[in-house]
Amino acid sequence: MDSAIIIETVRSVVASSTPLVFAGIGELLTERSGITNLSLDGSILLAAMAGFAMAYVSGSLLLGFALAMLVGALIALVVAASSIYLYQDQVAVGLVLTLLMADVSSFVGLRYVRLPGPSVPSLSIPGLSALPWVGTALFSQNLLVYLSYLLVLGVWIWLYRTQPGLRLRSIGERPEAAFARGIPVNRMRMVYTGIGGALVGLAGASYSLCVKLGWSHNHTAGMGWIALAIVIFGGWHPFRVALGAYLFGALKSLGSLMQPVYPSVPTQVFQAAPFALMIVALLLVAGDAAAIERRLPARLAPLVRAVFQHGTPAGLGRRFEQG
Amino acid sequence: MNTRSAWTRLALGVAPFALTLATTAAILMAMGENPLEAYANLIGGGFESWAKVADVAISMVPLMLASAGMLITFAAGLWNIGVEGQMVAGALLTTWVVQAIEAPSAVMLPLTILAGLAGGALWGVLIGLLRTYGRVNEIFAGLGLNYVGFALTNYLIFGPWKPPGGATMSGTEPFPRSAWMPLIGSTRASWLALLLAVVAILIVYVILRDTRWGLTLKAIGLNATAAYRMGVDTRRHVIFALMACGALAGLGGSLQTTAIYHRLIPQITGGNGYLAQLVVLLSGLRAQWVPLVVLYFSAVQVGSPRLELRMLLDSSLGGVLQGAVVLFFLLVNGFRQRVGLRDR
Repeated sequence: MDSAIIIETVRSVVASSTPLVFAGIGELLTERSGITNLSLDGSILLAAMAGFAMAYVSGSLLLGFALAMLVGALIALVVAASSIYLYQDQVAVGLVLTLLMADVSSFVGLRYVRLPGPSVPSLSIPGLSALPWVGTALFSQNLLVYLSYLLVLGVWIWLYRTQPGLRLRSIGERPEAAFARGIPVNRMRMVYTGIGGALVGLAGASYSLCVKLGWSHNHTAGMGWIALAIVIFGGWHPFRVALGAYLFGALKSLGSLMQPVYPSVPTQVFQAAPFALMIVALLLVAGDAAAIERRLPARLAPLVRAVFQHGTPAGLGRRFEQG
Repeated sequence: MNTRSAWTRLALGVAPFALTLATTAAILMAMGENPLEAYANLIGGGFESWAKVADVAISMVPLMLASAGMLITFAAGLWNIGVEGQMVAGALLTTWVVQAIEAPSAVMLPLTILAGLAGGALWGVLIGLLRTYGRVNEIFAGLGLNYVGFALTNYLIFGPWKPPGGATMSGTEPFPRSAWMPLIGSTRASWLALLLAVVAILIVYVILRDTRWGLTLKAIGLNATAAYRMGVDTRRHVIFALMACGALAGLGGSLQTTAIYHRLIPQITGGNGYLAQLVVLLSGLRAQWVPLVVLYFSAVQVGSPRLELRMLLDSSLGGVLQGAVVLFFLLVNGFRQRVGLRDR
């Protein structure tokens, strides 16, 4: 394989993983605040449909993305509100919404199936795209990809280098302590769930308006679950979540590259592979980091910790009763 | 507001359905359709003739079995999203038995039932092992394996089990008559399948209400750590719960092949594994309400294809009517709790 093909492959992996980066980072913000939004699979579907339909009807990509983000935010807020104000189980509401929104997207979206629609244009960044190797792969992309770079970096800075980010981590880890310090825990959870949901909506529209153009029945089915798994795999850390998304994209495109090379392997293996991979990835990160560390040479310890360390927010999924 | 008066309780019980009809009517009107016409088509499609009633009855069977199984895992506090895969496993093992063995009905039918139970149980154990020893959340383990199950089905239908005339999306060759569940008269409903579903829900009702195992599962569901400290082998019981659920769901999948399609088709579960999740939530996790909820779900399911034929709408309106009721049920419940707390 010559370098041009490799660069082109990396470029397409980065582009096709971008919706997963958006969804993963969105869910990361939500879960860091202590809410689990399990509606991702349905949210992404409905947002993809709504974003495409709006862009198709209005001719404006911006309106399409705006509507998709609104849809994602509203669904997420239903999950948060029904937990915080109505005492309902987050998992139950999330699962019901996943199933319901998938059907709503099929029902409302019937008229928009397989129509040619607008798409996000590509735009090379002058200067950066001329860099050797990474230039073409990373900076000769579309606007969404650049937005995702900024988002990952921005969320990292927000979480680990700012006051409000510290407060966000505190409401997910120790809601009682955070509340005692005067942080309105439940209101913040609503805000971050809404923002996270909007990013999930952005992921949906990124599929229908950029990565997997158009709309069809169950257009993005399964991707929401992959995004949820990537958040766990990434240990709730923005860089590792982004890395997980790219890794997943890379393995998936490796699969489609292998398919013609090994025609004797049934195509179904490649269809199921992403989900089998999801389980294997979760098995890996669920491993007992301390036990693995003990069995390996000491100089590998930092590596083991980097891969297996778990950052589950301690207050995740737990309601917080505010005085 | 007094949440305990009979009228308030009736109103709160009806509210989820009223809200569902109102929201779907609003969506339909926004799309320029007549909601009353859509509802009339749905109801007519499910009940206009005895043949349709029989269709509703038989389509209740797999959903009832999957829901009965899920009551067990719900009692243990598990989110068993992998019921689809358990149904698939039951259907696959059943198909394998039917293809491998030639026998009269009296031998064949019990074997297919056993195959369904065993296939689903094995799949359930696999999820249980991933959950307990692999520490992978059962939602992800189950969901991932669902996709694996469907890929396996497609592989078998388009590979080793393809009909002599060539593989198609319509599935394997039809089963021999000896592997058909006995039908009621000239309808498509099978009395044996219906009987199995009724027995299953009764057994689960008794297990959860009257047995030590039912109590143990509830203890795990309420507080697994406390149950463990009290000497309950939580790992073993979690695996058992998933195995028992898998067996019932697997029987549901098996009956999809022997009582409904009389062959293996690619989407053999018909989504019943996911619907069972909704059924159990809407029944408030109580076995005695499951048959009524299943009746509603199956009637909508059988009635909705007519929306495509008569109104050129997508039949997923049926799914919207099923899911929305459950969502509003949860929200109304929350509202009731909130008001109830304020009253005190």
